[in-house]
Amino acid sequence: MKNRMKTSEKETPPLVRIRDLKTWFPVKRGLFSRTKDYVRAVDGITLAIYPGETVGLVGESGCGKTTLGRTLLGLESAHSGEMFFDGIALHAIRAKAMTPLRQRIQVIFQDPLSSLNSRMTIMDIVTEGLVRFKKISTSKADHARRLLDEVGLPPDAMHRFPHEFSGGQRQRINIARAISLRPEFIVCDEAVSALDVSVQAQVLNLLMTLQERHQLSYLFISHDLSVVSNIADRIAVMYLGRIVESGTTADIIGNPLHPYTKALISAVPVPGNNTGNNTGRRMRLQGEIPSASAPPAGCRFHPRCPEATAVCREKPPERTVTEGREIWCHLYGASDG
Amino acid sequence: MTEQKKQNPLLSVRNLTVQFETDDGLVTAADQVSFHLMKGENVGLVGESGCGKSVTALSIPRLIPSPPGRIAADEILFDGQDILSMTSKEMRQIRGRAVSMIFQEPSSALSPLHRIGRQMTEALLLHRKLPEKEAWQVAQQWLAKVGIADSPERMYAYPFQLSGGMQQRIMIAMALMLSPRLIIADEPTTALDVTTQAQVFDLIRDMKQDDTSMLLITHDMGVVWEMCERILVMYASQIVETGSRDAIFKNPKHPYTAGLLKAIPKLTTSRGKLKDIPGQVPSPFHYPEGCHFQARCPFAMKQCRESQPRFYECGPDHQAACFLLASES
Repeated sequence: MKNRMKTSEKETPPLVRIRDLKTWFPVKRGLFSRTKDYVRAVDGITLAIYPGETVGLVGESGCGKTTLGRTLLGLESAHSGEMFFDGIALHAIRAKAMTPLRQRIQVIFQDPLSSLNSRMTIMDIVTEGLVRFKKISTSKADHARRLLDEVGLPPDAMHRFPHEFSGGQRQRINIARAISLRPEFIVCDEAVSALDVSVQAQVLNLLMTLQERHQLSYLFISHDLSVVSNIADRIAVMYLGRIVESGTTADIIGNPLHPYTKALISAVPVPGNNTGNNTGRRMRLQGEIPSASAPPAGCRFHPRCPEATAVCREKPPERTVTEGREIWCHLYGASDG
Repeated sequence: MTEQKKQNPLLSVRNLTVQFETDDGLVTAADQVSFHLMKGENVGLVGESGCGKSVTALSIPRLIPSPPGRIAADEILFDGQDILSMTSKEMRQIRGRAVSMIFQEPSSALSPLHRIGRQMTEALLLHRKLPEKEAWQVAQQWLAKVGIADSPERMYAYPFQLSGGMQQRIMIAMALMLSPRLIIADEPTTALDVTTQAQVFDLIRDMKQDDTSMLLITHDMGVVWEMCERILVMYASQIVETGSRDAIFKNPKHPYTAGLLKAIPKLTTSRGKLKDIPGQVPSPFHYPEGCHFQARCPFAMKQCRESQPRFYECGPDHQAACFLLASES
């Protein structure tokens, strides 16, 4: 059952390639609403996602992870930079040319209820895309039955409405809709964050099963490092609009290098771990994430970094590549990159 | 913290039942809930959404609106006083002073219209009858204590001018300012980022006096592990297991507790499937006959479908409500 494509770099071209992507939101002030400044929500992201793999994108609220996902989906327009999906330049595409791509790129949002139309039956919801792209071969009910079966819902669910279901079931409906057009790539934006633990595990397992069955690629966006580590092949850690470290799940969790990644892992309460409980103290970050409209000079993490030096305050770190891991930190010299 | 097991408990709740009248009928949110808290003890009340943990906690300072809510209990004793027979005036003396609360959403717990200083001094003026100037001083000192820089200026800030983490620090300052006997913290860090959550825990640990008890309500097992010595596990309106932190985590006896612990995504270095609990939490309108967990339980027997299990002892200060334990004990 473990015949997932183990794609390593360079063998196959990436399905999604992002280069120096910036999504800035203008801040307008004054008499003629002139753009005074920008909120630099995504500020120079480079990332590749290979066919069949899950890339986990983690970071705290306000770090820009959701904006990155939305930019990829065309829900926000990029300020500069490039995005390619299967070689197609998404950053230069017209709205009309994007339509066929919508079949290939799908999304699952955090709130399973608000992303479902409360006046549509489940059958209409899960087959809406198929109808729109004229892909109904037999009947809507047939397709709905098949899709509901794939996500583990009974066929009689199709005649009911979203409010009749629990959170976990609603997220299954969202998943059924997302896979209805046989996409290659799904952006999962906090897809299990609103669910209770016992149901969260079910939905995560379902996402993994579907991925194996249909060779899906996921960009799995979450604030929860524990959740991400269970589904991601690779993890990218984001801080204030930029990626600070990315690598395989084994590297990032097992041997984090960037001080922010270390702090993030250290902050996760781990049941059964006696080093961090009641009495002991772990690595703690001081302060909070600064505003994305006025990011600190130099390395953006330096005001909170326990290991910051003079150079961190002045110069933004360059990318360093070591054994498949990318890291942006002055501690790891850019010379051997 | 300090072991004073022989004393009377600070809080003792026996057979608490909370029901709500709704358009669709009567809902039982908490069903025959019994527990106690010793002086200085930190107890975690864990469970998934809708299990009744918040309702249970809110019943202690009688914050359940009635109607539609109805509280019934054999006893709710706080420091020897019977909460249920108190007049609303006596109750106001208890709330805020002896029992204080920290809620999940600091932005909705703070008034958006009043400056921080005014909100913080309110309790001091009311309960400690301090002169206004002195109350302002005390509040400002607390603001500094919970790690808010520029405390003199921040006293004049409105809540919207502060981040979620700062607002929660202020809530903690307000909850601790009057040295309460009991703190009820309802998901105090759920709305916060993990690094901020870690800061808030440190703060609560540092600021809380040793003889102050805390009832921490959370869905996060990691959080109870960090903060509590004893744990109450709730499922579908009932407590199903209670025990020391180590007993619950290392030797869970109720199949729900065991399943929940296995289902938690842990930090791992390799991707893989999780052990989930099949099925859904039942709706409070349709709790099954017998044990509420039986429909999802891998060990459900005929007996489980017919009657509700009582609590069985399964170790020192460790009980679980499950028929599987009937044969063992």
